[in-house]
Amino acid sequence: MASKGLLSSSIARKFAMALSALFLIVFLLQHMSINMLSVLSPDVFNEVSDFMGTNPLVQFVLQPVLIFGVCFHFIVGFILEYKNWTSREVKYAKYKGSANASWMSRNMIISGVVILLFLGLHFYDFWIHEITHKFIEGKDSFIVNGESESGFRFYEELRHKFAGDFPRMILYIVSFIFLALHLNHGFESAWQSMGARSKKYTPIIKKIGVAYSVLVPLGFIFIAAYHYVTQL
Amino acid sequence: MKLLLKIWRQDGPKEKGQMVDYNVDGIEGDMSFLEMMDILNSQLIEKGEEPINFDHDCREGICGSCSMFINGEAHGPGRNVTTCQLHMRSFKDGETIFIEPWRAKAFPVIKDLMVDRSAFDRIIQAGGYVSVNTSGNTQDANSIPIPKEDADLAFDAATCIGCGACVATCKNASAMLFTSAKVAQLSLLPQGQVEGKERVINMVNQMDLEGFGNCTNTGACEVECPKGISLDNIARMNREFLSATAKGKK
Repeated sequence: MASKGLLSSSIARKFAMALSALFLIVFLLQHMSINMLSVLSPDVFNEVSDFMGTNPLVQFVLQPVLIFGVCFHFIVGFILEYKNWTSREVKYAKYKGSANASWMSRNMIISGVVILLFLGLHFYDFWIHEITHKFIEGKDSFIVNGESESGFRFYEELRHKFAGDFPRMILYIVSFIFLALHLNHGFESAWQSMGARSKKYTPIIKKIGVAYSVLVPLGFIFIAAYHYVTQL
Repeated sequence: MKLLLKIWRQDGPKEKGQMVDYNVDGIEGDMSFLEMMDILNSQLIEKGEEPINFDHDCREGICGSCSMFINGEAHGPGRNVTTCQLHMRSFKDGETIFIEPWRAKAFPVIKDLMVDRSAFDRIIQAGGYVSVNTSGNTQDANSIPIPKEDADLAFDAATCIGCGACVATCKNASAMLFTSAKVAQLSLLPQGQVEGKERVINMVNQMDLEGFGNCTNTGACEVECPKGISLDNIARMNREFLSATAKGKK
C-alpha cells in the first residue's frame, strides 16, 4: 500500500495541527509581552505597536501568515473533531471520561470554540478598526512611504475600550481562562503529536507547558483588569 | 450482594439495541465479573429467556476476549485488569452497574456485548509481521545482538493483547495505542527494522481506513489498558510515520 500523501493521514493532520499550535503559542507570548508594555510604559507600548502596525514585513508577511495559521488551526481542528465524532456512531449510556483523562484534554473543542468566539469580539474591538483605519480610511501613510502619521494612538484606543466597560472585561477574562485550559493540554499534546517524547525531555516540556498555560493567560487577564480598574 | 444491572441487548448487527434492566442476587465479592455474568445467564436460561452474549475465553487476562464497558470504563473500575480479572468486591451491595459493548464505528456490534474486532486483524495483516525465509536456514534470533533496553521496550509493546480497551475508552475511538504497540514490538528489533518504513505507513493507513478516530493525546488509553501499554509507543509511531512519509517510502 502506497503512502496516501502527507495531509491525508490522521497522524499527518495531527502533525500539521501541532505545528500551527506551536506557531500560535509563540505568537501569543509575543502578543502578551507587547500588551504588557501598556501597563509598564505607555510610550514604549505606542512605539512598539506603531512598529508592528506599520512595518511592511509585519503587515504584509507575518500578519497574513498569522491569519493563515489561525484559520488553519481552527479549520483542521473542526475537521478532526468531526472525524472523531463520527468514529463512534452509537454513544455510551454511561461514559466516565474523568476517570482516565483531564477535562482539558477531553474538551479541546469547547475551549477552542470559546477562543474562536472571543477572537470574533477581539477582531471587532481592535483588528477591524485597525484595518479600517489604515486600509480603508488611509489615515496612516506607511503604505505610501513607510512612515506613520498617527501611530501614537494605540494606548488611548486600548484604554478607551476598557473604560467603564465591566461586561467586556469579564468576557475577556472568561475567554482567557478558556485559553489557559486549551493551552494546558495543547502545549504538551503538540509535542506528542510530533513524536517528541522522551524520559528526559517530556517532564520538562510538561512543566513548561503548565507554566506557559498559566502565566500567559494570567498576563492577558492582568492587562484587561488593569485598564478597567485604573479607569474607575 | 444484590445488584441492578443495566445491560445492552441487541439481537444482531443491524437490529436496534437498548439497555435492559436485570436484578441479580447472591453475588459474592470473590466472584469475577464474568462469573457474575454466568450466574445471570443461568437465571435467564432457567426462565427460558435468551442469555446475554459476551466474549470470553481464557479468563486469565491473556487472550483479550472479554470486552465490556462497565460503569463508563473499559474493563470496569480496576486498573491493569481485563473484565475477567475484575472482581465483584469492586462494587457495592445494591449498586447499579451499566454494562455496554465496546462502542466504535470500526467495532460493530455482533450481538449484545459481542463486537467484531476484525479491524485489528486487518491492521496486523497490513504490516504487523516480519518476513522471514523459513526454508530451513533461518538465523537463530539469539545470535543477533539486541540492546537490553530495546528488547525490554519491544517486549512491553508485545504484551498488548489486542482487547480494544484503548479504542473503547478513547473519546475519539482511536486505535493509536494498539497500532503503535504492534508497530513498536517489531520496529525496535533488528529483524523488524528492514521493513520498518513500509510497515508503519501501511498499518497507519489501514487504521485510518477502518474508521478509527484521531488521537488527541488524552492518555485515557494508557490508563485503561490492561497491559499498561505506554503512550511512548504512540510518539514513536508518530516519528516513524512522519519520517517514512517525508522520505516518500512506499
